[in-house]
Amino acid sequence: MKNNHTNYWLVNSYTSNKNDSNMMKHLKMKLSVVAVSAVMAMGCNNNQNTANVSCSLSGAGATFPEPFYSMAFDNYAHKSGNTVNYGGIGSGGGVRNLKDEIVDFAGSDAYLSDEEMAEMEPVVHVPTCMGAVVLGINLPEVETVRLSGEVVADIFAGNIKQWNDVRICALNPLAKLPNKAIVPVFRSDGSGTTFVFTHYLSQVSESWSSTYGAAKSVDFPVGQAAKGNPGVASVVSQTPYSIGYIGSEYAFAQQLPMAVMQNSNGEFVSPTVESISAAAKGDLPSDTRTMVTNSDAKGAYPISCFTWLIVYQEQHYGDRTIDQARATVDLLKYMLSDANQQSAHLVGYAPLPKSMVKTSLESIKKITYDGVGIF
Amino acid sequence: MNTLNSYRLRLSEKMSDLTILSPDTRFKGLLWAAALVVPLICVAMLLSLISDSALAFDEFGFFRFVFSSQWSYSQGNENYGALPFIMGTLESTFLALAFCIPFSLTVALFVGEYYSGRKIATLFGTITDLLAGIPSIIYGLWGFYVLRPIVVALGLSDQGSCILTASLVLAVMIVPYAASLSAEFIKMVPAELKEAAYAMGATRAEVMRTVVFPAAGSGIFSAFILAIGRALGETMTVTMLIGNTNQLPTSLFSTGNTMASIIANQFGEADGLKLSSLFAIALILFAIKALINLIGKILIHRAQR
Repeated sequence: MKNNHTNYWLVNSYTSNKNDSNMMKHLKMKLSVVAVSAVMAMGCNNNQNTANVSCSLSGAGATFPEPFYSMAFDNYAHKSGNTVNYGGIGSGGGVRNLKDEIVDFAGSDAYLSDEEMAEMEPVVHVPTCMGAVVLGINLPEVETVRLSGEVVADIFAGNIKQWNDVRICALNPLAKLPNKAIVPVFRSDGSGTTFVFTHYLSQVSESWSSTYGAAKSVDFPVGQAAKGNPGVASVVSQTPYSIGYIGSEYAFAQQLPMAVMQNSNGEFVSPTVESISAAAKGDLPSDTRTMVTNSDAKGAYPISCFTWLIVYQEQHYGDRTIDQARATVDLLKYMLSDANQQSAHLVGYAPLPKSMVKTSLESIKKITYDGVGIF
Repeated sequence: MNTLNSYRLRLSEKMSDLTILSPDTRFKGLLWAAALVVPLICVAMLLSLISDSALAFDEFGFFRFVFSSQWSYSQGNENYGALPFIMGTLESTFLALAFCIPFSLTVALFVGEYYSGRKIATLFGTITDLLAGIPSIIYGLWGFYVLRPIVVALGLSDQGSCILTASLVLAVMIVPYAASLSAEFIKMVPAELKEAAYAMGATRAEVMRTVVFPAAGSGIFSAFILAIGRALGETMTVTMLIGNTNQLPTSLFSTGNTMASIIANQFGEADGLKLSSLFAIALILFAIKALINLIGKILIHRAQR
């Protein structure tokens, strides 16, 4: 009898084991279904009912235009049925992903240098919108401050140490500037924002150019650093008598107090959507690889910049289909469309001037699939 | 009933056919496999750190990399050295330890000896333990919005972000590790020893000094080693408070950077030599932490003999 009892438990556990394995099988089947559908979602789906080709595009790169892109890609998905995933991993990471051919496009705040271009298959740069770098300031007693490029360069180089320095006072004859030490705040992480800012400083200050130069991270000699636009913005707003450079889209959204900058015409210009766009008026190269910092256009905010989407000129690489290539071109055209450009200001970005849109459409026409144009 | 029983018997025989290995052997195998995974991961991590940092060590040489205080990334003139970050890490860690010792020792004595077993001790002990469970980002926020303005208001530093601020918050973070473990070791001191000392007319303070601390000393020491380990690798809180400048810190009130926070700050856009240099810093951090743990183990071992 005792023996039977043990057997009963054994059988019981055996059958329950069997149940378990059945359950596992079900689970595995379900999992594989999920996996297969996930794989299918990656590429393009030929939906036979509607005869529409819906694609899923993926891109990665700059974080600066991310709010604009998430809005634009969302609108684009509604309009076209193509979904677009964008990972804000930094311009450098985006270009690396494009080199590894694991994305359809890269987003970058800096155009590729000639050396970088030489290492890759031919690429096309398409600017999508404009932004700027603004100087956030925390001066409890003063409403607005006017600054010039040379003065900003000397503040960040540690040559101007006090707010009531004669050179700042000369630019602000009416303001009562405090006798307090300036705390410069810069980015601790590598960033396109730092590149644009230091590119500007290099153009307006000989000594900045020779000592520090323009790069995504620069060896700032004074002040303190914080991570990302939110980091710099919160240090500035929490630290009296500080000054920090911040991406305009973030500063506009947070409505931070910003310095008024003197441009190369001697005008004092506040950073606004209009003054940023104004910086791109004038003669620009046909491949759009140019910086508009220290622009000599009328009413231009001097620390303005483009942000680009970068794609391969020949779209047949990896296992990409012609549908995917067409969808990529379609997306680029949508980014330049009037409707999209007009909505940029909603999230704090400036639209491209008309002349720039025209130049960019010309460069999209160069994109091919197996050597055939797909505009 | 009989047929059912025989059916069950047959089934159980079949099942034992299925199991070739005895349950004991299988369990042992499982133990081996599970136990091997952890050291394997550790070795794999070390190997990848070594291989990814090779470029930086080849370029600069090990000693130049460790003792150079340059961290400049101007194009064509890249020069990376780890000294500012090694010094920043060691300074902030040991300053935090110095702040933490008086607080954690007194809490440990309070909870583990003077009021041991009483409600007030349980309350204080629980609150101290709670500090250990707070995510580090919350310490960072508190330090950034509360402590930093105080440091500015005291006139210690213009921007409030400095080695001192980071160390103060780190100290609060590591107190629970040091305190609750120390309290456990203090509780473990045999009552007979203490009673013998009291019987010989020792005062409470004398019992602490001559009996409790010597008996629990190695345990308390290991508690502080654990606390140092936590402070060495702390990333987020330090990044928010230390100022993230890549120069050698000149004083407690100057900004600096630690090994963990330079990696967190710069890995995103780094590639080539810079990325390799970050890996090299990671390898050095790994080595420093392993070294401190090793020293701790040796000292504890000596104390126990």
